[in-house]
Amino acid sequence: MQSSSWGRSAFQLFNYVFLIAMSILCILPLVHILAISFSSSAAVSAGDVTFWPVDFTFKSYSFILDNPKFLTSVGITLERVVIGTIINLFLAVLTAYPLSKEVSAFRHRTWFAWLFVFTILFNGGLIPWYMTIKMTGLIDTIWALVLPGAVAVFHIILLLNFFRALPKELEEAAFVDGAGHWTTLWRIMVPLSMPAIATILLFTLVQHWNSWFDGMILMNKPAHYPLATYLQSIIIKLDFENLRQEDIYLLGLISDRTSKAAQIFLGTLPILLAYPFLQKHFMKGIVLGSVKG
Amino acid sequence: MVQQQATSRWKRQWPLYAMLVPAIICVVIYSYIPLVGSVIAFQDFTPFKGWFGSDWVGLDQFRYAFELPDIWKIIRNTVVISLMKIVAGLFVPILFALLLNEINKMFVKRSIQTLIYLPHFLSWVILGGILIDILSPSEGMVNQLIKWLGFEPVFFLGDNRWFPYILVLTDTWKEFGFSTIVYLAALTGINPALYEAAVIDGAGRIKQTWHITLPGMIPIIVLMATLSLGNVLNAGFDQVFNLYSPQVYESGDVLDTLIYRVGLEDMQYSVATALGLVKSVVSFAFISISYWLAYRLANYRIF
Repeated sequence: MQSSSWGRSAFQLFNYVFLIAMSILCILPLVHILAISFSSSAAVSAGDVTFWPVDFTFKSYSFILDNPKFLTSVGITLERVVIGTIINLFLAVLTAYPLSKEVSAFRHRTWFAWLFVFTILFNGGLIPWYMTIKMTGLIDTIWALVLPGAVAVFHIILLLNFFRALPKELEEAAFVDGAGHWTTLWRIMVPLSMPAIATILLFTLVQHWNSWFDGMILMNKPAHYPLATYLQSIIIKLDFENLRQEDIYLLGLISDRTSKAAQIFLGTLPILLAYPFLQKHFMKGIVLGSVKG
Repeated sequence: MVQQQATSRWKRQWPLYAMLVPAIICVVIYSYIPLVGSVIAFQDFTPFKGWFGSDWVGLDQFRYAFELPDIWKIIRNTVVISLMKIVAGLFVPILFALLLNEINKMFVKRSIQTLIYLPHFLSWVILGGILIDILSPSEGMVNQLIKWLGFEPVFFLGDNRWFPYILVLTDTWKEFGFSTIVYLAALTGINPALYEAAVIDGAGRIKQTWHITLPGMIPIIVLMATLSLGNVLNAGFDQVFNLYSPQVYESGDVLDTLIYRVGLEDMQYSVATALGLVKSVVSFAFISISYWLAYRLANYRIF
């Protein structure tokens, strides 16, 4: 008994140390980038910066926040986040409700559900998708970033399963009182489904904030890039066409690394700010997603 | 009589149909019309002739695609990278969930969870930018450490011997926290009475883990494993695209990046569509099998 409890304590110690070390390791790269972004370029190129800023300075940030291209792209991202999230949520609620009905209440329910589910099982591929968007005239408009992904099938499934788990009596009572489907949906189902809707809301916000590929191929002019695409072109591709002559000169002064680090951090900041909310709804979202009604 | 029934049903159900209209219009335009557009895989497509005016060439584009010099290497890369990701993405979270389950201090447990699933919410542009910086052979933090330890610096993102493993490692870094939470959620569903009974029977922690915790996790493990089968041809476009460069095409070029380059950089629309169609058909088969297995083995239904 004595030895087993000793073994247990040794294991516990190891376990705590291991898990804490691993979890810190997970965010160390982010801390390093943050430290670089607040350090002077001299300190960074000398390799002095690890996890704490050296020669603390805001220079990289003021350089970026003075850049009209950066600010324009933030504006475009905000636009797509707002419009895209509203459309996404509205369509998810509107579509999940009929699909949550039993076949007896909505005859073609299963047929329509498969119509949506099929789109996640099989797709026409990148090129026909691109050409369709081009044909509908969305290239270089904000709608190209919003409409093609407006129907989020996974979110609809999550919501319809939540609707189905709600007590049927509420709905029946509403019908007895003379409420139609429309009223029942907005007055009863939606208020009761706020946890699910909040989960979807946060996922959609993050998704729109992070999307970069659609901006890259659907926007011909870099001036129309959302932030994520702009960052991709600056940080990953280092697209010199996208830099002005004076930017290139300034970059020499600021050091490429500090300015990239600052942009990476600014691109992450809204997610970090939303993180406590994300976290709160995250568990719920997973439980909702895995437990079927 | 039948007519009357139909009318009254229509009266009750028409708002349900009406609610579906906007979403149906959207998926028809942006999911089903592209499906029609994939006919260009069987044509020698020229933009001004359109989807149905271009010359039909049968399977020539497929033949051409599968005679591309690197095609088999790329398919091999795709499958190897995605299988490694599937395996790592399955076992690392299980291990973490089991270890986290042994932590009794709620505050510590919650803090660890908070840290490990943060990367899940960041995009590969951000993570790619971070990785390019810290893995840089000249200035990167990782190589500073390697040099300090007295070894030669390694060009992780430019060396074919390292690149695929870096993909797997960094993908695990991004996603394992998310899956860990899924497993932990499953663990909370295990009946505590089972543990109490085991303690009375004299079972230690290891025996409890082996005979109660793990079996309790089996359904969700089976579910996650079968569902991940559908990703056999998805090596992760976002990640590869943001980390690779021509010098690691040898080990890191995958189907999706090839399709992107052939289609949107070389403008060979028909060839890219043919490749995409092959990928879609094979993926469809895998996803269908995985959903069917998930249904049979874990009683999982999509809706």
